[in-house]
Amino acid sequence: MSEIAERVKQIIVEKLGVEESEVTPEASFTNDLGADSLDTVELIMEFEKEFNISIPDDQAENIGTVGQAVAYLEENVK
Amino acid sequence: MSFKRVVVTGMGALTPLGKDVPTFWKNLVAGVSGAAPITRFDAEKFRTRFACEVKDLDMNDYIPRQEARKMDPFTQYAVIAADEAMKDAGFDVEKLDLDKAGVIWGSGIGGLKTFEDEVMNFADGAKNPRFNPFFIPKMIADSASGVLSIRYGFRGPTFITVSACASSTNALIDAYNYIRLGTMNVCISGGSEAAVTNAGVGGFNALKALSERNDSPETASRPYDKDRDGFVLGEGGAALILEEYEHAKARGAKIYAEMIGGGMSSDAFHITAPHPDGRGAYMVMKNALEDAGIRPEDVDYINTHGTSTPIGDPQEIKAIERFFGEHAYQLNISSTKSMTGHLLGGAGAIEAAACILAIRDQVIPPTINHFTDDPEIDPRLNLTFNKAQQRSVNVALSNTFGFGGHNASVVFRKLEA
Repeated sequence: MSEIAERVKQIIVEKLGVEESEVTPEASFTNDLGADSLDTVELIMEFEKEFNISIPDDQAENIGTVGQAVAYLEENVK
Repeated sequence: MSFKRVVVTGMGALTPLGKDVPTFWKNLVAGVSGAAPITRFDAEKFRTRFACEVKDLDMNDYIPRQEARKMDPFTQYAVIAADEAMKDAGFDVEKLDLDKAGVIWGSGIGGLKTFEDEVMNFADGAKNPRFNPFFIPKMIADSASGVLSIRYGFRGPTFITVSACASSTNALIDAYNYIRLGTMNVCISGGSEAAVTNAGVGGFNALKALSERNDSPETASRPYDKDRDGFVLGEGGAALILEEYEHAKARGAKIYAEMIGGGMSSDAFHITAPHPDGRGAYMVMKNALEDAGIRPEDVDYINTHGTSTPIGDPQEIKAIERFFGEHAYQLNISSTKSMTGHLLGGAGAIEAAACILAIRDQVIPPTINHFTDDPEIDPRLNLTFNKAQQRSVNVALSNTFGFGGHNASVVFRKLEA
């Protein structure tokens, strides 16, 4: 697992209160990890803070699973 | 149409004197002070560096962390107090008509810490508008009633009352009215506050409202003492389960007392100072007793607003003497704020609880920290100084007055079957 993936996992565990084992690449924030729309907005903000980047709203809308978040961050975090 | 009767069937309290009703009441009767140096933030540069905080509070003992972090502390306090009250009331929730169950809560400010944290974060972040999505739902004052409504599935009237330090008394009056009208059968009422923050202490310091007796926090709240120098900020709250009498009887509920009246008035005078003649205080007691349909001579105990401020305390006392006449010298008066500090919007709720427990146990909790008589206060009054007093308590009155000149009082009586 990449360093980015590990940090993403820790944020999700912390914010959504789920077990590490549940945070698989396919897991959907809303369908599998119990997040509602506000939790999802907060998660995106946490990613922005953790990785010191800005994720535009139209990009954020496409981040619905753990794997999508990791892929976006791996591509955009310098 | 005739009004229904309203009784108290459950109580919960999270206070500077204890985290549940039994501990709160034991310490209140024993005359324990809840004041200590501030731990919630670094108060070193503040004129007042002490408060009555809820002590040894580990939120994990009450609310899962993921839920708790979506609540401001004033809502967390509401949940803890309401959980205790609901358990105490012993409802079979399956049998409750949830459409006729409500939540009417009081808070003077709402989510002050949330507001402060978010705005400070904004200011520290080069003013980039990065606000947490939970900022608004955590901060708005009605969030406590919303969270409680969702928690218990209560679908009747749910809202918050805001009238500064009278807030939770207004909540109790509204709950009482909707139950006696038949709109609700059951209501979680009360109030909570969590204002021991930078902005809370700094703001009240700017008003010169707080005691600055930093060398002796535990004796700083001294209502009616000649050397009182301001109120001591408190935090926490209390929940009362108000229930329609026949509804309570039908399910064999334990009944603490009957709520028999509520009164309101306004000073129409000044945004922070009470009217020096105590005319608002006079009218609110008159209105409460008229609503209850009792005479002044029927009152055994008054839990006063008595915040320990130089100008606030005498005006209430003058109003009591004027309204009660000779009976003012027969009844017991005390300010439990001498022990709990001032819970602002939560004050009316914990003081209503104190009145109800005084009726249950036939004992008056004291006004502690009396050292020097104030020549402005008539020594014939029994202000229950320093030690609790046993006496027959059939009727108790609780007064609360808020900034803005809002006054609200409630009356409880021992249940006559």
